[in-house]
Amino acid sequence: MNVTEQLKSFYYDKIILLLKSSHHAMDPSIFKYIWRYSRQSQLVVLALVLGSLPFYFLMLDLPRAIVNGPIQGKGFETSDATATFLSFSFAMPGFLQSLFGTAKSTIFEGFELAREPYLLALSCSLLLLVAVNGIFKLQINTLKGRMGERVLRRLRYQLFDRILRFPTAHVRKVRQAEVASMIKDEVEPLGGFIGDAFVQPAFLGGQAITALLFIMIQSFWLGLVAGAVVLAQAFIIPKLRRRILELGRQRQLVARHLAGRVGEVVEGALEIHAHDTSHYERAEITGRLGQIFRLRFEIYRRKFQVKFLNNTLAQVTPFIFYSVGGYFAIRGRMDIGQLVAALVAYKELPSPVKELIDWDQQRLDVQIKYESIITQFNPDGMIAPELQDPDADDDAPLTGMLNASRITLEDDAGVKLLDGVSFTFDVRSHVAITGPVGGGQDYLGLVLARLIFPNSGKLSIGGRDTALLPEAVTGRRISYAGSDSILFPRSVRENMLYGLMHRPLTPPVIIEEDPRQEAMERSEIRRSGNSRFDLRADWIDYAAAGAQGPYDIDNQIAAALDAVMMEEDVYQLGLRGCINPEDHPSLAENILQARKALLEMLRDPEYAALVAPFDPERYNHNATLSENLLFGTAVGTAFSTVNLIGNTYFQWVLEESGLTPELLRMGFAIAETMVELFADIAPGHPFFDQFSFIASDDLPDYQEIVHRAGRIALEQLPESDQRRLAALTLDYVEARHRLGLIDAALEQRVLTARRLFASRLPVTYRGAIEVYDPERYNSAATLLDNILFGRVVYGLAEAQSRIGVLIGEVVGQLNLRWEIFKIGLNFNVGGRGRFLSTIQRQKLALAKAILKRPDLLVVNDAISLLDVRSQQQILHNIKTYCDGRGVIWIGGQPNLGRNFDQVLVIEDGKIAEQGEFEQLSLNGKYLPQLLAVG
Amino acid sequence: MPLNDEVELLRKVLLFSGIEPAKLKLLAFTSERVNFAKGQNLMRQGEMGNAAYLILSGEADVLADAGGGPVKVASVGRNGFVGEMAILRDQPRTATVVAATEVSTLKITKESFLQLIQDSPKIAIELTRILAQRLETTTIDLTSAREKLRAAGIE
Repeated sequence: MNVTEQLKSFYYDKIILLLKSSHHAMDPSIFKYIWRYSRQSQLVVLALVLGSLPFYFLMLDLPRAIVNGPIQGKGFETSDATATFLSFSFAMPGFLQSLFGTAKSTIFEGFELAREPYLLALSCSLLLLVAVNGIFKLQINTLKGRMGERVLRRLRYQLFDRILRFPTAHVRKVRQAEVASMIKDEVEPLGGFIGDAFVQPAFLGGQAITALLFIMIQSFWLGLVAGAVVLAQAFIIPKLRRRILELGRQRQLVARHLAGRVGEVVEGALEIHAHDTSHYERAEITGRLGQIFRLRFEIYRRKFQVKFLNNTLAQVTPFIFYSVGGYFAIRGRMDIGQLVAALVAYKELPSPVKELIDWDQQRLDVQIKYESIITQFNPDGMIAPELQDPDADDDAPLTGMLNASRITLEDDAGVKLLDGVSFTFDVRSHVAITGPVGGGQDYLGLVLARLIFPNSGKLSIGGRDTALLPEAVTGRRISYAGSDSILFPRSVRENMLYGLMHRPLTPPVIIEEDPRQEAMERSEIRRSGNSRFDLRADWIDYAAAGAQGPYDIDNQIAAALDAVMMEEDVYQLGLRGCINPEDHPSLAENILQARKALLEMLRDPEYAALVAPFDPERYNHNATLSENLLFGTAVGTAFSTVNLIGNTYFQWVLEESGLTPELLRMGFAIAETMVELFADIAPGHPFFDQFSFIASDDLPDYQEIVHRAGRIALEQLPESDQRRLAALTLDYVEARHRLGLIDAALEQRVLTARRLFASRLPVTYRGAIEVYDPERYNSAATLLDNILFGRVVYGLAEAQSRIGVLIGEVVGQLNLRWEIFKIGLNFNVGGRGRFLSTIQRQKLALAKAILKRPDLLVVNDAISLLDVRSQQQILHNIKTYCDGRGVIWIGGQPNLGRNFDQVLVIEDGKIAEQGEFEQLSLNGKYLPQLLAVG
Repeated sequence: MPLNDEVELLRKVLLFSGIEPAKLKLLAFTSERVNFAKGQNLMRQGEMGNAAYLILSGEADVLADAGGGPVKVASVGRNGFVGEMAILRDQPRTATVVAATEVSTLKITKESFLQLIQDSPKIAIELTRILAQRLETTTIDLTSAREKLRAAGIE
């Protein structure tokens, strides 16, 4: 293939992709959208609507028959006269008349009934018709509702699907809060409209036309008047409402910006406090709220003006009916039955008409909403769905040469971030890309991982254009770790495995399956075009990580974490984790062994002073007062620190052991000191969190209490004050806080209270506390606390780290490290990994990237926060881990490029030089400069 | 040692002598009591630090290593204040301090110390005075060292 042919086929493929993707754009009109996805159901409901109209007509007609017949006595002039009830007959069309020799075909002769039974029969028929109409309505509404929910589900799914296909550049621009609120809230009203879109006008219009027709049959002129008023309503009102809709659209925009702004403020809280700009933000929001107020009030005003007009028009017609209709009746041009029926029919008219007008308004409203939503979800350069085909992985590893030819990338303003970058190397080689800050190497990293598409130029691997590679190849065979990799609020293990969950591999094991429920779920998923994949299946591609299955994947996770030097961190997280001994019986047993072994070690005088063990017969100066009283860990809320002082059993224990006045005095001493120490500290200062017994918000209250206590005896203070003072003592640790509040006598009282608390504990509270028992595992305490069974003493230099070493030894002797590490894998990292340090976050993100053993690993400034020595070590580990597979290391530390096969230097978006490190560092032009600076 | 005794000790330190007791109490309360066994390091040269130590009892040696192994440059005892340079500017420790006897200290973190300076301008002035005094001593030492070098005919 020559160059032009290659180019041709390249563009041809691109055009095909473009064409394919274009028909996936969303319909610009909501009606088209609804029709496309609910045609069948809509037709079913429309048929039902049509079927209901004859019954509606009959229902309108019956009152006339009742008034004229049995009530007014038409046809009952003689006392034995009867009327025929339920006779069904119809006129024969001409050609059938000759065939049957009769003009009228009678299906059912009917019953002959006297006047009163006839009245009863007709009235019952009316009741029956009401029921029939009701049932029609119920059916129609149920079907409508289901239809609406299905399309809404599809719409939400499609919008979400489009987010997953946003080009990277667009994703960075969208405001998360806005997009989320669009999918969550703004589509909600669309759901209500979907069922009504076609059915409502048909149903209401049908009813209105039927009623009008009926009035016209009774009296042409009355019908004409009613029709004229209805037409006036139908034309004038919507015109007036246009403006309201326009205002409504503006309101939606302003409200959305408000939501986005609030999101920004929350995100930038630190910035706001750092610069004291809270008042600026308040003023900003005030302005926006003002805008919303003006719009809303204007809408409100106009709404009620329209309502007024509407009501007036509606009330004019009865006037005409009574006056003109009455006149007709008097003159005998209309009988009473007809007048009553026309009035009843007219009474039925306004509600369909009004609802129709409402529908029309809703239509415009929803169309505007729909448009404003889908334009947000229709950015240029959407990733074609074909590129996300889950089955497009061809199982062929990426091999051959990675070839970049004249890659150019521009930002929105047209500035060239990468400018005609060309290079070639073996995809399996290890390459370092470096350059001055802002040189563009970070963008190159994104292009190499196929996370952004260049504006022009081509990147191919082994001759395959990466622009055409499906994500099933790029996302499985290429791995990317950037400086801002995101962690999800799940466990460490789940975050690690996230990179292996491309599609379900083994079907789910469902216990107690309800086949009917299951089948319905599947059918609904199909009808609303949602994902066909079952979330409950096992999605993890164990083989990709070099594991056999769930039982040995932890080994691979450990190896990856080890490579990024995070194995120790996870072990430490495990030590600080809690387990349920019923789920991990052997671990709990072993932890008790470790407790004994540590106790043995602590007999050594060198270590003895490091830990203050929990001793039932001793007050522990390194533990809080409440720990000393409860001598256990609270489970649940009954004895939690917040509720403890208000707990009646606890109060009884304090009272019995004479501690109530002691705690009051202690609490007062603490309050006095805190008020003195923290009076001048600004509210919200970190000192409050770190050191104070009293939160900054509560400080004024305690100032008052202390002030009150200066005038009267403590015991005379109000009950609530006493309680608040006593509550301060619970967290007091003598060795840490050093206020000198615990003396020998008090210690004895606390020990008495401790025994009393345990011996009289009501049965209902048995589960509310895990008592410190040397022989038992405490499920409410961490593994570390269980091993330690005491508190590390305050005030001894390096006590924590020395104890850490001892525990490490014990854990090593008992071979518990692996089990504890696995508990650490269960640690939930929190939203964006906030429960981890920033360095741990970076390490975990990198470990996640290498776990799937990619053919090409792109590390884009991913461990920049670490010190140089750690970076070097991790770099070395990664290179070993990825031996035989490609590694591209991008970073601002040029000397880290020393051990790579090749070094690329990027400056101003261009390749400045490329070659081996040794050679470039001696003879190169740019690398020596970078090395000299870095 | 209860908090109030610590405050008394703090008041005897030159740097803190002019400060109102309530502020010193806050400093003491927000600081940790740390005891060192003989031979334990209070700090190591070259490490980053975020705390200074007020020696409440015992003796500690200050060792500096200019490349030829650690050399004892000073000895600090009761009321001595070490490591304050590291909390005034973020830089590695310039010397190693090792406990010569059992040493009891008050570990004053950067945050509590800065809070104190913020609350009492007096201490900032006092601090400046002490630093100026140190600079003067250093300059005199440097001059005399240069004299010696010149006399020896090296410079």
